[in-house]
Amino acid sequence: MTTDSIARLDRDARLKALNTMTTIRLAEEEIQNLFMANLVRGTTHLAIGQEACSAGVAQALRPGDSMTCTYRGHGHALALGMTLRAMMAEMMGKASGACKGRGGSMHMTDQSIGLLGANAIVGAQLPIAMGAALTAQIKGSGAIAVVFFGDGATNIGVFHESLNMASVWKLPVLFICENNLYGEYSPVRATTPIDDLAERAAAYGMPGVIVDGQDIEAVYSATLAAAERARAGDGPSLLELKTYRYRGHSRADTGPYRAPGELDEWLKRDPIDLLLGRMIAAGEIDQAEYDEMRGAIEKAVVEAIEWAQAEPFPELEAADDYVYYPG
Amino acid sequence: MPEITYRDAVQKAIADEMRLDDSIVFFGEDVAKAGGVFKVTPGIYEEFGAERVRDTPISEQAIIGTALGAAITGLRPIAELMFADFIPVAMDQIVNQVAKYRFMSGGQFTVPLTIRAAQGGGGGFGTQHSQCAESWLMNFPGLKVVAPATPLDMYSLLRAAIRDDNPVVVLEHKYLYTLKGEVPADASPGSIGEAKVVREGADLTVVALQLMLHRALEVADKLADEGINLEVIDLRAVAPLDSETILRSVMKTNRLLMVEESPRQGGWGASVASMIADRGIYHLDAPIKRVNMENSLIAYSPVLEDEIIPNAGKIEKAVRDLLAED
Ligand SMILES: Cc1ncc(C[n+]2csc(CCOP(=O)(O)OP(=O)(O)O)c2C)c(N)n1
Ligand SMILES: [Mg+2]
Repeated sequence: MTTDSIARLDRDARLKALNTMTTIRLAEEEIQNLFMANLVRGTTHLAIGQEACSAGVAQALRPGDSMTCTYRGHGHALALGMTLRAMMAEMMGKASGACKGRGGSMHMTDQSIGLLGANAIVGAQLPIAMGAALTAQIKGSGAIAVVFFGDGATNIGVFHESLNMASVWKLPVLFICENNLYGEYSPVRATTPIDDLAERAAAYGMPGVIVDGQDIEAVYSATLAAAERARAGDGPSLLELKTYRYRGHSRADTGPYRAPGELDEWLKRDPIDLLLGRMIAAGEIDQAEYDEMRGAIEKAVVEAIEWAQAEPFPELEAADDYVYYPG
Repeated sequence: MPEITYRDAVQKAIADEMRLDDSIVFFGEDVAKAGGVFKVTPGIYEEFGAERVRDTPISEQAIIGTALGAAITGLRPIAELMFADFIPVAMDQIVNQVAKYRFMSGGQFTVPLTIRAAQGGGGGFGTQHSQCAESWLMNFPGLKVVAPATPLDMYSLLRAAIRDDNPVVVLEHKYLYTLKGEVPADASPGSIGEAKVVREGADLTVVALQLMLHRALEVADKLADEGINLEVIDLRAVAPLDSETILRSVMKTNRLLMVEESPRQGGWGASVASMIADRGIYHLDAPIKRVNMENSLIAYSPVLEDEIIPNAGKIEKAVRDLLAED
C-alpha cells in the first residue's frame, strides 16, 4: 500500500511545518556544536535530514494524543512542542531541563505535551505507547498514541510482540518506522531481508503504508489517515517513512560506511527545501521571508542555549530524588 | 475468622481492589477466561469484564511495556507473568523501563504498576520453572519487591502493592498456594517494606521468607522442646529491605542465620549480612551464616531437588553450628 492521495496543507499549516522543520534543523546543528564543545556529555543522535518525519506526524496529532520515540528524539520533542529552553537545559544536565537533568539527550520527556519519553533501548518504546493507547481505549477518550522507531528496531523481538498484541487488541496506536537506511553503521540491506519494512504489517493484520519521509505533506496525510482509522476503533497501522540521516549515527561519526554519492542524492530531496520550493512556487512565501523566519529561529536557539548555560545544575542533595514516589 | 488459601488471598485482593478502583486493569497470559494457569484468578474476568481483564499473547515484553504505558497515563495495571522464571524475558522492560521511568523523566510520572509472578521450587517443575526471583530484582532501585508467606500477608501486601504509586513486583510462592490461614473480612492493606517478627526468641535470629520461613518455623518448633529459642523474622520484602527490624533482633540474640531458596552468590542474605557487618558487628557473638541453595541449579529428580533446596535438616544443623560458636 502506498499513499496515492497526498492532502496539501494550507498556507498557515505549511508555514507551521516549515517553522518546525527549520527549528529542528537549527537546534540540532547547535546541539552538535555543544557536543563538540563538551557541553553535552555522553552522546547525541541527530535527525538532520529526517525533519519531515517528526514534524509531519506531530502536525497530524491532536491535544491529548501521546508519543514515545527514540534516542534520536530531539526532533520529535520539538515537533510536539517541547520548548528550546527545556531541551537545551536538559542537554546540559541542568536542573531546569525537561527531565531536571536526569534524562539527557536520549530521554527527552514532557508529560504536559504528551511526550511520554524518548528511549535509549532499541524498541522498548513500542509497548509503552501501546499502554497509552490502552488507556485511551478503556477511557474512550478518542486519543491515539504514536511511536517512532528506526529500521533497525524492526528486527528486535519486542517490535513483533508489539505489533501483534496491538492488532489483537485493536489499540489506537500508530507504529511509525523512520527507515533512514542504517542501524548504527549497518545498512538495512545487510540486516534485513526485505526492502520495504511496511510489508511486516501484513503478518500482523494491519495496514502497512510506505510514505515519502522527505515530503512533510505526505507524512502528514498518511498519519492523518492512519489516525482516523485508529480513532474509529479500527486498530493500529504501520507507517514506513523512507528517509535519510545526513549526519553520522551518533557523536562524531562521519558515516564512512555510506555508499559513494548516496548522501548527495538525498540532499537533492531535502525536506525543508522541498516544502520551501513548493511554497515559493505557490507564492506562499518568498526567500526573503524564509530567511527572516530562519533568522528568528536561529536567534531563539542561541537565546535558549545561552539561557541554559546560565542555569544551575541540580542540587547534589537531590541525587536520589525521583527513584521512588514518596507518597 | 474465615480461613482461606494463599491462592484465594491473591484472587480476593485483586477482586477487592478492582471493585474499589475502576482504573485497575488486569492482564497476562491465560489469566482471564481460564482464570490463570495456577487457577489463582477465577471469576475476575466474569466479574469485571473483557475491557478490564484481558488475556494476552505470549509476549512478556509487550505485557510489561503496555502495563507501564498504561500506568503512566492514568490506569493502575496488574500484569501477570505466570512463572517468575519468565521475568528475564521481560527484563529490559522491568529493569530499564519500569524501574527507571519515574527517575529518568525527572519525576514527571508515577508508575502505579503491579507485576505478579509465581515462583519457587519443590514441585518437580525442573530448572526453568522453579526459581525464586526476589534476589534478581533487588538490585534495581525504583522497584519494590515483595514475597509474602501467608494468606493474610498475601492479601494485605498485594492490596498495598496495587495501591502503591511505585512499581511493585509481587512474588507468589507456588508451594504455598494451598496453605490456609485466617484473613479477616476487614483486613486492610499492609505496609510494604516491613519485616515481621513471627516468633520471638532470645538465642538466635533466623531471617527467611516464603517457603523457607515455614521450614525455619518448623525447626524453631522442634528446637523449642530442647529449650532453644529462635527468633524468626519473615522478611516479606527485599526492596525496600527492613534493616531496622533485623538489626533490633540481632542486638537481642547476637546471632544471625539467613535461609534463602536461591543460590548463594548474590542473594538477599548477602545484603542483609553486609548491613549487619556494617551496623551490628559488635553485637555478634558468632559469624553470620546463610543456608542457601549452594551454587547449583534446581534439578528435576525428586531426590536431587530435595537435596538442593534448603530443608529443615540443613536449617537445624546450621542453627546448632551457630549456637556452638563462641
Ligand atoms: C536493545 C539495544 N540494542 C542495541 C542498542 C545499540 N544501538 C543504539 S542505536 C542502534 C541502531 C538502531 O537503528 P535504527 O533502529 O535504524 O534507528 P536509527 O538509529 O537509525 O534512528 C543500536 C544498535 C541499543 N541501544 N539497544
Ligand atoms: Mg535506522
